[in-house]
Amino acid sequence: MASDVYSEYETRLPGLLLQRVKEEVPEKTGVRKIRAILDAVCEEYELCKSESGEAVGLIAAQSISEPGTQMTLNTKHFSGVEEMNVTMGLPRIIELVDARKKIKTPSMTIYLASPYNKGKREEVRLLAQMIKETTVEEISEQINVNLADQIVEIILDKERIKDLRLKPASIAKEVKRQISEKNVVSDGSKVIIKVENSSSKSKEVSPIFKLKENLKELVVAGIKGINQVLPIVENGEFVIKTAGSNLKKVLALEFVDKTTTITNDIFEIYAVLGIEAARYSLFEEIFSVIEQQGLNVNPRHLLLVADVMTSYGIIRGITRYGIIKEKSSVLSRASFETPIAHFTKAALAGELDSLSSITENVIVSQVIPIGTGLVDLYMNHKNKKVKDK
Amino acid sequence: MVDVYLNGKFVGDVENKDSFVNEIRNSRRKGKVSSTLSVSYDEVNNCIYVESDRGRLMRPLLVVKGGSVLIKEEHIKKIQSGEMVWEDLINSGLIEYLDASEEENALIAFYPEEITAQHTHLELAPFSMFGLCGTFVPYMNHSPGARMSVGAKNLKQGVGIYALNFPIRFDMDVHILHYPQKPIVETATTGLSDFNTHPVGQNIIIAVASHSGYNMEDAIVINRGSVDRGFGRSSYYRIDIAEEIKYPGGLHDRITIPEKEVFGYRSEHDYRFLEEDGIIGPEISVSDGDVLIGRVSPPRFLSSTEEYELLSEGERESSVYLKHGEMGVVDCVIVTESLEGNRMIEIKIRDQKIPEIGDKFISRHGQKGVIGMVVDPEDIPFSESGLVPDIIFSHNSIPSRMTMSHMIEMIGGKVGSLNGRFIDGTTFDSEKEEDLRKELHSLGFREDGTEIMYNPVTGEKYKARIFIGSMYYLRLKHLVSNKLQSRARGPVQILTRQPTEGRSREGGLRLGEMEKDVFVAHGVAMLLKERFSSDKTVIPLCESCGMVAVYDVVKDKGYCPVCGDKASVSFVETGYAFKLFVDELKSIMILPRLKVGKRV
Repeated sequence: MASDVYSEYETRLPGLLLQRVKEEVPEKTGVRKIRAILDAVCEEYELCKSESGEAVGLIAAQSISEPGTQMTLNTKHFSGVEEMNVTMGLPRIIELVDARKKIKTPSMTIYLASPYNKGKREEVRLLAQMIKETTVEEISEQINVNLADQIVEIILDKERIKDLRLKPASIAKEVKRQISEKNVVSDGSKVIIKVENSSSKSKEVSPIFKLKENLKELVVAGIKGINQVLPIVENGEFVIKTAGSNLKKVLALEFVDKTTTITNDIFEIYAVLGIEAARYSLFEEIFSVIEQQGLNVNPRHLLLVADVMTSYGIIRGITRYGIIKEKSSVLSRASFETPIAHFTKAALAGELDSLSSITENVIVSQVIPIGTGLVDLYMNHKNKKVKDK
Repeated sequence: MVDVYLNGKFVGDVENKDSFVNEIRNSRRKGKVSSTLSVSYDEVNNCIYVESDRGRLMRPLLVVKGGSVLIKEEHIKKIQSGEMVWEDLINSGLIEYLDASEEENALIAFYPEEITAQHTHLELAPFSMFGLCGTFVPYMNHSPGARMSVGAKNLKQGVGIYALNFPIRFDMDVHILHYPQKPIVETATTGLSDFNTHPVGQNIIIAVASHSGYNMEDAIVINRGSVDRGFGRSSYYRIDIAEEIKYPGGLHDRITIPEKEVFGYRSEHDYRFLEEDGIIGPEISVSDGDVLIGRVSPPRFLSSTEEYELLSEGERESSVYLKHGEMGVVDCVIVTESLEGNRMIEIKIRDQKIPEIGDKFISRHGQKGVIGMVVDPEDIPFSESGLVPDIIFSHNSIPSRMTMSHMIEMIGGKVGSLNGRFIDGTTFDSEKEEDLRKELHSLGFREDGTEIMYNPVTGEKYKARIFIGSMYYLRLKHLVSNKLQSRARGPVQILTRQPTEGRSREGGLRLGEMEKDVFVAHGVAMLLKERFSSDKTVIPLCESCGMVAVYDVVKDKGYCPVCGDKASVSFVETGYAFKLFVDELKSIMILPRLKVGKRV
C-alpha cells in the first residue's frame, strides 16, 4: 500500500531522493502522512531547481573564480608530519581545468586489501618498497666492468634484495628481457653479463661502458612511474602514498584494495576506468583543492564544470584547444583567444554565425538570449476576431 | 689553494687566502685602490670574490682593529673644525664601504661598548640600516616593519616645500604647504638632512576617539577652526605651455587673439582674459574653458583628424585653454624660447587647496586616512584646560596595526610642546618612553597621556578619559579636488563613437567585461543592452549582398551601391563599434556578410 504512494512520485522526484525519504519515514506512517511529506519534498525540490534562462555556467565561473582570487600560494605545513609534495592551490586548479595531459606531481593513494591494511608497519613498508620502481643501481653494491673478457658484473646488495623479495635469478631474467644481450646469468649474489662481440672486431671501450650506464637506470622491480612511496596511517589503517602514478599496474597487485585506490592523474583514470570515473574524480580533485584552501564553493558549480569538460566522452580542458574549440559561433571563439586565427579560418570555410549565444549578441549590441532576454512575445495580428470586427 | 674570481670570472689561485685578502683590504684603506672595490672569502665554496662591478649596494662602517675603533677624539675635533671631511675619513681608512658579500666576513658591533677583539667594524649608528626616509620615522623600533615601510613610503608624497626657489621655478604638478613646521619629535636625520629646512608637515593636537563615527574605516575628523587657521593649507601649481611652431614652407603658428573668421573659433567669452599680445595676464582667476594663450595655426599642417574634408584655406584655432575640471589663478607668465628656437609661452597656474572631505593625511607611522568630516570648532570635544584637538583619530586604527610608535610620538609631542623643547625620537637611540611619561607627570598631566574631556554639545564630562597629544601630521598630495569626476553625457571618441576615457577628457567609467558578466549572471538582458547602447547606431543593410548600404536622404530610403536599386535595404540597430569591426574585417580581406532575419 505504502509502496504505491512512493511509486506515484517517481516521475516527480529523483530516485535517490525518493529512496532517502523512504528510509527516513517510519514504517508505520499512514498513507496520508507520507503523501503530505512527499508533497513538501516535491515543493522543496522544485525550489532548488534552476529557473530556465538562468546563466548557470557564468554563475559557476564566477562562483569559482571569486574565491579563487583569495587563494594563497603558501599552504600550511606541519613539522614532523609525513607529507608528500603535491601541487595544490591555484596551480593545481589551473592544471585540472586546462586538462593538462602531464600534471606536475602525479600521486596515488593506495589502499590495502584486508589483511594487509591492519598489518605491521614493517610489512607495509616492504609492500611499499615492492611498488616503488627499483633500478639496478639501487640494488647493487657495485657494477664492475671487465674489459678483457667483455664482462659486466653486477654485485648485488643482499640485504636490499631480501627486503624487496627479489632473487638474483629473477633479476638476471629481468635484465635479460630488457637489454639485448643473451648471456645473462646469475651467480650467487652476482649477475654476470657477457657481452657478445658480434660486429666490432676492434675492442671498443665505449659500448660496454654505455651498457654499464644503461644498466644503472634499468628498472628491475616495482612499478614503473612510481618514484617514491610513503606508508602512512590514515583512519587507523595503512595507506601508501606515492609520487608518480601508474593506476593500471597498481590495481593489478593482489594486496591492493581495488575499490578505493585512486590517483590524481585524471587522464589515467579516464584510460583505466572510463569517462564517468574521470568526471567524478575531476570534481573531487577541484573540490579538495578548494576545501583545503578553506574556501566555500557550492559543489554543484564544480559538478557543472566537470560535466562540461567530460560531456564529449573525452576530457576537454577549458582552453582554446578544448571546449572553446567546440563552440559553433565564430565571434564567440574569437573573443576568447587568438581572434585573427579564428577569423581567417572562418573566412576560408565560409562559416555562418547564427548569433545564438551570449557573447555574439553582446558584440552586435542585441538583446542577449538569457534571463529576461530569453523570451519573445509574438502576436498574430491577422487574428480572425479582429477581422470580424 | 683558493680560487680567486674577479667580477665573477676565474682569474687564478692564491696560496695564502688571509694575506691576499688582507693585502687588498689594507691597500683599499690606504687609498691605493678604489674604496668601492670589495673582497670577500666564501667559506662554503672556498674561494675569494673580488668585485668592482656596478650595482652592488654598499654602506659605510667604522673600521675596528684590535678591539678599538680607529677613529679617535682627535679626528672628531678635526672634523668639527673642518680640517677633515668625509673623503679624508675614507682615504685614511677610518671608514670603509662594505657590500653585501664582504659583510659576510665582517663582525659588526652596534655600539662601541660591545666591541671585542673579534669585531672588525662598528656601525656609524644603529639606524643606518634604514634608508633616508626610514630614519625620519621616530620610535620606529616600537612598531611592525610593514607599517613602518608604509610610513616611510608616504613621507615622499607629503606636501611641503620641495625647493625654496619654487616661485621662479616652472615645475609641473607640484604642491607647496603654506605653513610648514619642523617636527617636535625629531630624529637624528631630520637635523642632519635637509628635512628641517624643507619640512613636509605640521605639529598638531590629536585625540584618539570615535566622535560621531565619521572617522571609522581610516577616516579622520578634522577641526574647522584648524583648517581656517591654515592647517594643511597648500597651493597647487601646474604649467601650460604654447609654442609658435615653425612648419616647412615658411608658415608658423601665431600667438594672438584669434579672429572670428578663424576656423574653430571658440567664443568671445572664452578669449576675454587675453591681452593685446594674445597672452593672459598674471593674477587673473580662470576656470575650465578659459583660454590662456590664444594661438592660430596654418591649416594644412595640423595632424588632428577631426575635419579632413573641411580643410579651409584660412587659419585654424589652436589656443591653449584650461581643460575640464581645472581652475586657479594665473601665477606667473614667461615668454621664452624653446630648444628649437621657437617663441614659447609658459603660464603657471596656482590654485589654493584648503583641506576638505576626502583629502588624505598621514602621520609618520603609516596611519593614513582621509577626512571624513570637518567639524565646527564649537562642536569639538575640549579638555579641562580648554585644549581642542585638530584631528580626531579613530582608536580602531591602533590594535590591528600595532603602531606603538604612533602613540609614543603623541606623548613625546605633548611633552615637547609643554616644555618647549624638541624630543629625540631616533630609532634605537631615542629618549626613553618611561622618561617622557615621568616628565609629563611632572608637568601636571596624567602620565598615560589621557585627559578628561567634555562633550561640546551637552557640556557633560565624557565617561572615558581620552588619549590626547601632539604629533607631526602630513598632508599627502592626493587631493579630491584633483580626482573628483562624474559624467552623464559628454564627449565621444571619433573612431568608435564610444565615450572618451579619463578625467581630463570628461570621460565615462568603463563597464568592463567582468561587469558585463554580472549583468548576464543576473539575467537582466534589457538593462545590459541599454548600458551598452552608448554607441548605438542604425545602419542600412543590403538584404541581398549583406553589406552596409547607403541611406539616401533626398529619397528617404536606402539603396545598395553594389546591387543597385532593386535590392531591398533594411535598417538594423547595432553598436557603432560593431560596424567599425565589420569594416576592419574587410580591411584584412575578410568579408562578413550580415544576414537579416525575418521581420517579426
